[in-house]
Amino acid sequence: MSLRIVVCVKYVPDASGDRRFAEDLTVDREDVDGLLSELDEYAVEQALRIAEASGDGAEVTVLTVGPEDAREAVAKGLRMGADRGVHVEDEAVHGSDVMGTSLVLARAVEKAGFDLVVCGMASTDGVMGVLPAVLAERLGVAQLTLLSEVSVDGGVVRGRRDGDRAAEVLEASLPAVVSVTDQSGEARYPSFKGIMAAKKKPVVSWDLDDLGIDGGDVGVAGAWTVVDAAAGRPARGAGVVVTDDGEGGRQLAGYLAERKFI
Amino acid sequence: MAEVVVYVDHVDGAVRKPTLELVTLAQRLGEPVAVVLAAPGDGLDPAVALLAEHGATRILTVRAGEFAAHPVVARADALQAACAHVTPAAVLVPSSPEGKEIAALLAVRTGSGLLTDAVDVENSGEGPVAVQSVFAASFTTRSRVTRGIPVITVKPNAAPVEPAPAAGVVEELEAVFSERATAVRVVSSTPREATGRPELTEAAIVVSGGRGVGGADNFALIEALADSLGAAVGASRAAVDAGWYPHSHQVGQTGKSVSPQLYIASGISGAIQHRAGMQTSKTIVAVNKDAEAPIFDLADYGVVGDLFTVLPQLTEEINNRKA
Ligand SMILES: Cc1cc2nc3c(=O)[nH]c(=O)nc-3n(C[C@H](O)[C@H](O)[C@H](O)COP(=O)(O)OP(=O)(O)OC[C@H]3O[C@@H](n4cnc5c(N)ncnc54)[C@H](O)[C@@H]3O)c2cc1C
Ligand SMILES: Nc1ncnc2c1ncn2[C@@H]1O[C@H](COP(=O)(O)O)[C@@H](O)[C@H]1O
Repeated sequence: MSLRIVVCVKYVPDASGDRRFAEDLTVDREDVDGLLSELDEYAVEQALRIAEASGDGAEVTVLTVGPEDAREAVAKGLRMGADRGVHVEDEAVHGSDVMGTSLVLARAVEKAGFDLVVCGMASTDGVMGVLPAVLAERLGVAQLTLLSEVSVDGGVVRGRRDGDRAAEVLEASLPAVVSVTDQSGEARYPSFKGIMAAKKKPVVSWDLDDLGIDGGDVGVAGAWTVVDAAAGRPARGAGVVVTDDGEGGRQLAGYLAERKFI
Repeated sequence: MAEVVVYVDHVDGAVRKPTLELVTLAQRLGEPVAVVLAAPGDGLDPAVALLAEHGATRILTVRAGEFAAHPVVARADALQAACAHVTPAAVLVPSSPEGKEIAALLAVRTGSGLLTDAVDVENSGEGPVAVQSVFAASFTTRSRVTRGIPVITVKPNAAPVEPAPAAGVVEELEAVFSERATAVRVVSSTPREATGRPELTEAAIVVSGGRGVGGADNFALIEALADSLGAAVGASRAAVDAGWYPHSHQVGQTGKSVSPQLYIASGISGAIQHRAGMQTSKTIVAVNKDAEAPIFDLADYGVVGDLFTVLPQLTEEINNRKA
């Protein structure tokens, strides 16, 4: 059977805009501009490359869990070249932590059918970077995370993980969950043909009932953590800015000496 | 008294500084129990002595070849075994990419809430509170775990390391490895070359260069300044993408997150993704020839000037003052 790849993509608030918290201390996703997380574009890219290399009609599904607007993250994946989309949308999902989100994603991935799940390295809003590991645990399959290179050959996935102390080459038999870093290779821009074709690609919407999940297990109610307070970081006190007049380096040394750094 | 498990990050038995910070932090919540996972041959005596000196009342060791042969999951299996042995009030894990995954696996398996990248941990009537810095450090949040054992990963430099001699009673534990642990094999491992400089995330001072440095050879200027201060070297993604400096030195959202006493940025504009990795630094210094560069909004001290003249003069002056 040909390879079934599911890419998990997240719709996030634009980092160059004003990001903030809503009144219930969840990330405000309503009144801010969003987009497909740039880090998940790398995941779509690697999924497409793996599918192209497999040459036997591998199918790439883009999957997102999020509010109505999140559909745009799926649409972007389809324009890049994925074959079909899944959008899980349910009021009850609002405010989920990684445990809730991973539960929804696990059920959705199972329902879609998969040999390989490809994730980004981290969300650009939450930046926990742990969802892929938790997803693999919930699915009971191998995890190869934070890969800067990845390939699939003969039912085995192989990748390079650049750790703190060593660069490791890892491998595992499918099924597996991988996550890829922004070192894995530039993501393609959608072509005109891709943009036109995407309009005809199937996108299904599922809610929690479709996935057999109890609303109480996810969202704010089902979260295993709570945010008690969120405060804007006080602006750093206006610093000293001097223009170099030939003595800038020495003056800076004086500043550092005053602060006992020298 | 409640016990708090601290996952020990070490290299061949040498305990890394962030772990000692956690042993200090853990004492706010209870008695630290250190968990050391090691290869069968690792000499652990220095590690045990150091952990006891800083407050570990008990030290649980697990020795197995699986830790080197299979990444991440094998370690989560062993940490889980240690937690079953202790029934801790909280678990603290150093916030490296690997540490976060190990903590996450422990959390999901034990039905426990997870908080990552804490910059501080406090005790409250309702259990530990993790202070986190979010949205590129533009917000500070305070969060708690409401289910299971609070599992918290803590960033380097969250607390000063303080000596606090404790018993440090050593116990050997057995771990049973799950099928998922051995499903991934390490085919090869190439150790990273030592630079002789402090570890980027642990360093008290970080000196970083960006696109303004203009080439790989010019990074010698950044390195010379770093060496005059005993600092680690960092780089922006633009400098890394250009191939001027290794990715392992990248500071920012998709690189390392640093929180040193002093951060010196040269030829770096201060994009949001770069700020995400350095904004919590205590003192920030910027050298940039563009007075409008956003990095100056963060800087405690900024020099508008050409880094090719400012840095050599600065380095020379520092070396003179030290001599
Ligand atoms: C998803 C995503 C993740 C990212 N992750 C990271 C990350 O982890 N880390 C990161 O750094 N970036 C990251 N980026 C990239 C980031 O957006 C910026 O592009 C990058 O930080 C720019 O690097 P820079 O400041 O060195 O270069 P530039 O923005 O080009 O700035 C160069 C600066 O050098 C100054 N300069 C030039 N010549 C001199 C001179 N002779 N003397 C003094 N000053 C001089 C210029 O005035 C300018 O301000 C990410 C981007 C995305 C989309
Ligand atoms: N709501 C979501 N929908 C789909 N995928 C997600 C979602 N949240 C996280 N992911 C995936 O998990 C990765 C890591 O996320 P995180 O652990 O939140 O930093 C992302 O790069 C995505 O691939």
